[in-house]
Amino acid sequence: MEKIYSRTTTIQEDKVSGFCPGCMHSTVVKLIGEVLDEMGLVDKAVMVTGIGCCGLHMDYIAYDTITAPHGRATAVATGMKRTSPDSLIFTYQGDGDFASIGLGESISAANRGENISVIFINNGIYGMTGGQMAPTTLLGMKASTAPKGRIAEEHGYPMHMCEILNQLTAPCYLERTSCNTPQNVIKTKNAIKKAFKNQIEGKGFSMVEIVTSCPTNWGLDPLDALDFIEQKMLPEFPLGVVRDR
Amino acid sequence: MARVLMKGCEAIAEAAVRAGCRFFAGYPITPQNEIPEYFARRMPEVGGTFVQGESEVASVNMVYGAAAAGTRSMTSSSSPGIALKSEGISYCAAARIPIVYANISRGGPGVGAIQPAQQDYFQATKASGNGGFEMLVLAPSTVQEAVDLTYAAFDYADRDRNPVLILADGVIGTMMEPVELPPMKTDEEIAAIKAGKAKWACTGHQLDYANRAWIQPGQWNTQIMQQENEKAAALYASWEKDVQVEEYLVEDAEVVIAAYGVSARIGKSVVDLCRAAGKKAGLIRPITVHPFPYAAFDHINYSVCKAVLDVEMSIPAQLVQDVRMGVKGRCPVETCLCSGGNIMSREAVLRAVDAILDK
Repeated sequence: MEKIYSRTTTIQEDKVSGFCPGCMHSTVVKLIGEVLDEMGLVDKAVMVTGIGCCGLHMDYIAYDTITAPHGRATAVATGMKRTSPDSLIFTYQGDGDFASIGLGESISAANRGENISVIFINNGIYGMTGGQMAPTTLLGMKASTAPKGRIAEEHGYPMHMCEILNQLTAPCYLERTSCNTPQNVIKTKNAIKKAFKNQIEGKGFSMVEIVTSCPTNWGLDPLDALDFIEQKMLPEFPLGVVRDR
Repeated sequence: MARVLMKGCEAIAEAAVRAGCRFFAGYPITPQNEIPEYFARRMPEVGGTFVQGESEVASVNMVYGAAAAGTRSMTSSSSPGIALKSEGISYCAAARIPIVYANISRGGPGVGAIQPAQQDYFQATKASGNGGFEMLVLAPSTVQEAVDLTYAAFDYADRDRNPVLILADGVIGTMMEPVELPPMKTDEEIAAIKAGKAKWACTGHQLDYANRAWIQPGQWNTQIMQQENEKAAALYASWEKDVQVEEYLVEDAEVVIAAYGVSARIGKSVVDLCRAAGKKAGLIRPITVHPFPYAAFDHINYSVCKAVLDVEMSIPAQLVQDVRMGVKGRCPVETCLCSGGNIMSREAVLRAVDAILDK
């Protein structure tokens, strides 16, 4: 019988995922592993994780990894890629990490056109610390630090990182995807593959923004969280290629 | 080897290049701009990389990344910039990543004053970031010593897999002096140093769950965290052998000046003036301000010594607390201080010495 699918080699078999039921971090981590397997890049891969739930898989992946201070992943990746150009250096960051505390590092690394790949997980909330407001929290969406919901006059508006980085000249690839349907999972995998391919080809800064759910802190069961992505998140964060050159 | 005339900041940078430093990231701040400017010119000549970071925070994290990938790496700044770097330095200490950094320090809290001062002693020696980590802190008093200590700092950092701090001031940083530069490490030597880090450096490894590189600046598991802290404490305890101190005419001294960096240099000239006038002064100059050379103060003859005079360009006095721990109450400890960017004068130290001797 022909083998058409197998578990990625990059996830250790004896370890247990630390992610909540329905959390799409595990989906994205699996996709990254599959892409590394398919591209033959496992032995070159270095993941720079941010702080937060984005670091929960460090324990069970099989490739090299380093934890950056909160928000500083693209700066750490800059130092790594500049001195180790043959390695595949990618960051894995949440919205608090990439778009709030790390905004300066994120925009500056993109503006320098650093030859790195950024996997940016946008679920509109702080997960690990317990549901505080993120820069990507939707208007009206409740958070533990915005108990009446995000109010534009007080908190400003959700930040659109693909569009913000699209103001810069240097980045080569910016795409927003999601993992809420099988089709979107496939598109996300292809986007990750393209971001890694760009780096191998020396094309510069690539960023894949992945709109995901946080059932635990959204207060929704996993299936309702999928509906929330479709009905609330995607109108605010439209999917698609923002830049590809 | 012929001596060359160099400014302190540039000499520090050249010493780093010669030690095999091939990555530098920094952010402009006076009075240390000559360090990043020198690296910006020099690194392309030796196949190294210079990056002007968007901030001190980003710069130290670039250095964290480059060093984590196995390259000898450095950053530098001045007082408030060092405060911003403290997060990254703490991460390097926690993750056991060897980096070297220099603080050409300023004259007070906040933005301070850009003129020479020694106002960062506590920050440098007691708490350079969160979490109670420690570092070797080397305090040169001449440009030559800045060169030699910077060159050695990279070996210490790699030996211990820990950050090393060069603590200097605007006098050392901006003064020009003739220096003898150490030998340039060859490309082969630099490659061998990097190869020696291949097991733990994050550059990609063959698929092997047990032996991938996993650089962790913290732990989920409380038992492992305690073990890591215990290992670090054992490392810090091993530094007793690395203590460096200059003891000058201490045995018969009736007054002993305790000072580091440029203040010690001024203090030493006061000792010479005193001795020429028949006055018995001596000097203890910590070169490693951490670990501190407490034992040097046991060499003072307390039956003749009237007082130890702490001389530092800091108000309030900071070094004095370590000096008191060395003296252990065996004689009085007096202070001679200036601050805010005012340079210690020989006359002020001489007056303070005379006041002690006249008692």
